[in-house]
Amino acid sequence: MTRKSIFALAALAAFGAIAPLGCKPAGKDGASGSGDAPKSGSSRIVFIPKNMGNPYFEAMEKGFQQASKELGFEFSTTGPAVAEPTAQISYIKDEIQRGATAIVIAANSVDALNGTLDEAKAKGIKIITVDSDLTGNESHRDLGVLACDFDTMGDFLIEQMGAIMNYEGKFAILSATTDAPNQNKWIKGMQAAIKNPKYAKMQLVDVVYGDDKDQKSLTEAEALLTKHPDLKGIIAPTTVGVYGCAKAVEQAGVYPGGKNAKGAGVSVIGLGVAKQMQRHLKDGIVPKVFLWDPAEQGYIASYAAVRMAEGKFTPADGATINIPDLPLTKMGDKKVGKNNVLIIGEPVEYNKENVDKYAGE
Amino acid sequence: MKKLLERRELSLLVAIVLIVSVAIILQPRFASEQNIRSILLWVPLLAVAAMGQTAVIITRGIDVSVGSILGLAGMTTAILLRDYPQLGVGGAAIIGIGLGALLGAINGGMIAFAKVPPIVATLGTLGIYRGLTFIVSGGRQVDDYQLPKDLMNWSLEGPALLAKVPFVNSIPWVVWIALLVMMLSHLGMTYTRYGRDVYALGGNPDAAALRGIPVNFVTFMAYVLCGIGGGFAGVLYASRYGTVNPAGIGNGFELQVIAAVVIGGVSVFGGTGGAPGVALSCLLLGVVNVALSVLAIADTWQMAIYGLVLLVAIIADERFARSARKRAGEAV
Amino acid sequence: MITRIRSRFGPEIVAIVLLILAFGFSAFREPRFLDAEYLFDRSTLYMEAGILALSMTFVIIAGHIDLSVTSILALVGAMCTTLVSKYGMPPAAMILVAPVVGGALGALNGLLVSKEKLPSLVVTLATMALFRGVAQILLGDHSLPMPKELVGIHKMQLPGTYFHVPLVLLTVLAVIAAFVLHRTVWGRWVTALGTNAEAARHAGIPTGKILVQLFTLSGIAAGIGSLLMLSRLGVARFDHARGLELDVITAVVLGGASIFGGRGTIFGTITALGLVGVVQTGMGVAGVKAEVQVAVIGLLLIVSVLFSNITARKRGR
Repeated sequence: MTRKSIFALAALAAFGAIAPLGCKPAGKDGASGSGDAPKSGSSRIVFIPKNMGNPYFEAMEKGFQQASKELGFEFSTTGPAVAEPTAQISYIKDEIQRGATAIVIAANSVDALNGTLDEAKAKGIKIITVDSDLTGNESHRDLGVLACDFDTMGDFLIEQMGAIMNYEGKFAILSATTDAPNQNKWIKGMQAAIKNPKYAKMQLVDVVYGDDKDQKSLTEAEALLTKHPDLKGIIAPTTVGVYGCAKAVEQAGVYPGGKNAKGAGVSVIGLGVAKQMQRHLKDGIVPKVFLWDPAEQGYIASYAAVRMAEGKFTPADGATINIPDLPLTKMGDKKVGKNNVLIIGEPVEYNKENVDKYAGE
Repeated sequence: MKKLLERRELSLLVAIVLIVSVAIILQPRFASEQNIRSILLWVPLLAVAAMGQTAVIITRGIDVSVGSILGLAGMTTAILLRDYPQLGVGGAAIIGIGLGALLGAINGGMIAFAKVPPIVATLGTLGIYRGLTFIVSGGRQVDDYQLPKDLMNWSLEGPALLAKVPFVNSIPWVVWIALLVMMLSHLGMTYTRYGRDVYALGGNPDAAALRGIPVNFVTFMAYVLCGIGGGFAGVLYASRYGTVNPAGIGNGFELQVIAAVVIGGVSVFGGTGGAPGVALSCLLLGVVNVALSVLAIADTWQMAIYGLVLLVAIIADERFARSARKRAGEAV
Repeated sequence: MITRIRSRFGPEIVAIVLLILAFGFSAFREPRFLDAEYLFDRSTLYMEAGILALSMTFVIIAGHIDLSVTSILALVGAMCTTLVSKYGMPPAAMILVAPVVGGALGALNGLLVSKEKLPSLVVTLATMALFRGVAQILLGDHSLPMPKELVGIHKMQLPGTYFHVPLVLLTVLAVIAAFVLHRTVWGRWVTALGTNAEAARHAGIPTGKILVQLFTLSGIAAGIGSLLMLSRLGVARFDHARGLELDVITAVVLGGASIFGGRGTIFGTITALGLVGVVQTGMGVAGVKAEVQVAVIGLLLIVSVLFSNITARKRGR
């Protein structure tokens, strides 16, 4: 009896022990599970962010917690440590097994999750996307809750940049990854807006990608400063990117009023978290950044999920849902648009004067 | 042997000069002060972490947990500075570096005394230290405004002494710190008993044991040094990036560090290479990385080019080394 | 004597004991864990890693390592879907093209290791970036769809059971791999290579050829893994399976293969893969956070190796 045959035998035995587990019970499919159907009366909403430890999504959690207090559902957050496109799959599968009422997800990929989301929907779990939508794959979720009208975002950012640089001079865009759907929509919007005669003297000289990573964003931002010594502004419609740009102009000393600034210096604007940008705004390194309160998305997604589970709200073009007001924001009746997208409102401007109010706990 | 080492550093220098020249021809502003600063700021993090890894790889080991050590030490330093600002930047930095040493000692203890293979031990701690980074931080990042301005200034300002010297005055502290670390490692590896023991152990472990070199202690210390390098780099990370995020800090950094050490002429078969080569290879990687961005080489091409450069470097190195060995063989 | 005792009460025992403990603990802590449909469904996530782990067992037993397997997986996926969608290759041809392309990429690693005498750790560290980089050049950050007719293989089950096709495939491949490793001359050569490469060469074993074959095998496995992953996810992306190489190596080492070469079993690797799967699934269904899961797997790896080291030394004395 050699050790190999012992292992072969053991392998066979192990396989024999597992094999019966693999046979379907004669009765209904999946009847062996004890936790398939959620217990009536207590709903459970799970939020799966792009990755854990991301301050943007932590801010969003506050909205869920607020709604959880008001509506009495059980709330939890789970998700991968890194924002890999397929890393969320196992968490969705686990939540299907744990019997969630609704999964609210900020998806890392517009298409890699399709099959898994369909499995969840087949079990009656409501799927709501927040932050960004599954562009082109909307049928794999029930509702998309978006912060503001992404179609007008490009115009808005160009106007803000223009106002700062007197509608004259060179500016660049620093984005996240090349396939981020929101980003691309906004970049297209900005490229279209710049054709307006009002912006004739403004020149978009470069679009670079920082992949939403600290090191890459900073290196790309510094490269912008090297390539275009007469740059007047950078628009970074990403929270990681705008921070990287702020660090770059700070460390190079070319921000408005910095020791190496030529003329008016390089003004950075974009989408930024108030807390993260607080010091740069207050020190005048960055004139202003914009963002919606991420908590609003969590709050509205919670209400939508609970009303859907109760059967009181069915997402469809033109359907409305009533949301109670939040301390800082009026809500009221929200209308669902094309592709079951619910748009919340306008972004908030954070600047030197008001940043403390929004950054406070 | 001496010749061979010089050749490696020479070839790295040639590579750097070549890439810089091409970059300047394609984009004259590559030589601008702004860009030189950008390259200089890119290198220190990598260089400080690579110095420790150099000792480990010379002893025929490897430490793939260095990115996680950087993460845990950097995160802890940032948290200390946020919650106990009275510690001061220096105090918190010393604790961060000390934590790095402790984490390295855990690796070293397992490898030197419990005889766990280095890749297994550090693959394990890669996960454990990353998990701990999340646990100590509660999964939350430390923001720029929560850290003292003094720490940020390491990446902004140079020593006051040099404020009057043109150009040099704009070289920030982190660069001087990295230079100092590199000098110390070079001196330590060349002129101390410990340094010679590291080379002896890497060159021939069996003979080293017979010659009475405390093999276990030398191995153990190599990982402690690697931990110190990682911990120090973690502190520098907090200064350079300001935001310390538990998922972002040091994630995947181990590959850059190992690449830098190997390109720098340290053989994974042990016994050869040293600080000057590794320092030059860190500079080379910095130049390549910044050049890829400044020359606007499409984002999607960067990883492939990086891999190709790495591959060419190691093949060329092996060919050089082989022909040198052959010549040495003929001479004898 | 020492080696005989070590091999009989080898480190595989550690993995088996841990697997039983983890399974029992998960079932005890969280009743929802013991649901055959769920467990088999969740197991679809580990099939690609399983196939990569089979070939990695050979590579590690031979005293080498292949960090580039997951990059090969991504590149094969990128090339195949590009060929189908841009150059009109019939989708069915993917089944053949994927392993062939994977094998060719693996052979490149093998040639660099055997002809250039470069350490495999360094070579595959470089090709890990190179191959994934080429995949990124092909696809950018976008994804290409897998042809419809090839999507969803993990949903196909043996009639009347929960056994899905990838699981059956992995089982068959594991049996073949175990046979080749433990029962054929080639398997003995691979082990000899890892035990003492110099001695193997002197004994007339064609070590260079075996190295190329080993890395080719690794590439072929990555090609098959790519088919499974694309079929499961429905799309090809350049960043597919990034970081999975660490899980694969963890499984092989946890399964008792020596990273220095010379010993290891397919049974151990598969057991360890099951262990990793059960631990992650158990923690997942119990709602344990991702970062803690990462730490637990790391701890598991160290504890198992420490334990088998200590027992081996005790028995040896």
